[in-house]
Amino acid sequence: MIKILDAGMRATVQDFGRFGYLSKGLTRGGPVDEHAFLWANRLLGNSFNAAQLEITLGGLEVEFQQDGCFALTGADAEAHLDDEPLTLWQNFEVKAGQRLKVGYARAGLRLYLAVQGGFQVEPKWHSCATVERDSVGGLSGDGSPLQSGDTLSFHCDTPQPSRRVSWAYRSDYTKTPVLGLIPGYQYDDFPMSVREAFCYEDFEVSKDSNRMGIRLAGKALKTPRQGLVSEGINIGSVQVPSDGQPIIMMHDRQTLGGYPKLGVINPVDLGKLAQLQPGQKVRFSRVEASVAQQQLRRFYQFFNVRLPCQGGDNLRS
Amino acid sequence: MSNAESAFPKIVTAGADAILVYLGEGIDPEVNDRIMALTNRVSSALGNNLYDLVPSYNSLMIYYNVLSLSEDELRECVRKLIDELQQDGDASGASKQSALHTIDVYYDPSVGPDLERAAEQTSLSIDGIIKMHTEQEYRVYAMGFAPGFAYLGELPEKLRLPRLDNPRTKIPAGSVAIAEAQTAVYPSVSPGGWNIIGRTAETLYDPQADNISPMKVGDRVQFKAVSKDEFEQAGGSLESLS
Repeated sequence: MIKILDAGMRATVQDFGRFGYLSKGLTRGGPVDEHAFLWANRLLGNSFNAAQLEITLGGLEVEFQQDGCFALTGADAEAHLDDEPLTLWQNFEVKAGQRLKVGYARAGLRLYLAVQGGFQVEPKWHSCATVERDSVGGLSGDGSPLQSGDTLSFHCDTPQPSRRVSWAYRSDYTKTPVLGLIPGYQYDDFPMSVREAFCYEDFEVSKDSNRMGIRLAGKALKTPRQGLVSEGINIGSVQVPSDGQPIIMMHDRQTLGGYPKLGVINPVDLGKLAQLQPGQKVRFSRVEASVAQQQLRRFYQFFNVRLPCQGGDNLRS
Repeated sequence: MSNAESAFPKIVTAGADAILVYLGEGIDPEVNDRIMALTNRVSSALGNNLYDLVPSYNSLMIYYNVLSLSEDELRECVRKLIDELQQDGDASGASKQSALHTIDVYYDPSVGPDLERAAEQTSLSIDGIIKMHTEQEYRVYAMGFAPGFAYLGELPEKLRLPRLDNPRTKIPAGSVAIAEAQTAVYPSVSPGGWNIIGRTAETLYDPQADNISPMKVGDRVQFKAVSKDEFEQAGGSLESLS
């Protein structure tokens, strides 16, 4: 078991997400930086879907009440196990009674804390991903974030060999990322000038961003004529509302919407966006769908991601 | 169907793992019937390769597993299913077998803060609005936005009002609202920009229940006016907007 001594700014339980319920209006949830999340599980030999804590900004302090093994990935922050400083992107053994303290992010925005075996949290609709706007998931089941005093159990089996993620696979969150845009949806309806501008202008991440959407500020983009009826919105969709400031839809997005969309951000790039602090810049560059699909295939294969498919029963009803 | 008029079906890429299939434009019950028929066919033909399916007014969003299917294969398969659908005489009466849900509504300015303004703007009396809103059956054209939120249409021309200029930040659960050609019930407390004309005591999304929502696309809904007493007896709350 671990006990939350201080939940910090915000910490939530996340597994890979709640799949198969979009047609009922229930969104996916799950880690907004899938790359960092999947590395943490991989470092511990966990299933890709094992539940972790998503720590926004930092400030978390926990006490381990049993021996185990854990890993911390994501944003660059100071971390200590008792008084010993810890390196991120590495697995560690821990003894009952030891305290892990995560400082505030210096670069990046979210950290992932995984334990070997994963946190044991009662799933709701096949997932324990915390989605506040849907009032579902998490430790209490109602979508609320973790609080001081909460305890989470886990079953630790055999100790793991020491592993770390090589620098080549980590993201440098201080850099201005260039994210791939897969043209799609109403892309062809936007004026040519907008399609080009989106891929050479810089945009700034606005502070009104959250797990539902990341709002960008930049030169206003002209939108095509309105009058779209609501349609499915994928994670990473680039919506352009009438004020011309794009919003990139994240894991807690609404399932349907009626704003025109330029396309969808390459899913293997999306974690970099999720790690940007307000005020940081971001750039976009067109990527062919077939290239993004190939990259996603490799990404899922590398991390052994098996999407839950529901068979022919009209998915989950 | 001649080639000259076949702007539909139209299939667009919707990311690395999804395509969006349009079968028509705007709000049209026949198009929505075909969308539901296609949803069922896609689900049975490709279920194991898909991880979600989201039908809406005139489109079907197909989320697929990139490890088991390529976009080209999926597009080809969907085109084939659409052809079969057209040959088999389209929708096969999907809406005739659909469930009818009756929703009891307490229409009153105390729970419908836009009711009086709606009366002014439509030049109807409050009773006139209630009569018009309850008189017809609506169709569930889409489910989404939030869990259990059903987009219902179409409102009679006379009842169509624009959305609010400034959406409210907090709307009580059960609020019954209208906007343009659509009407809906807000299943949980949420922000929203539609005109609120009443409230229902019915639970349309219960995160603790097994069933997420009693409604699905293609179902029919009829509203029924109830008194304050009936509303409160059914568990309705008069708590006001904050």
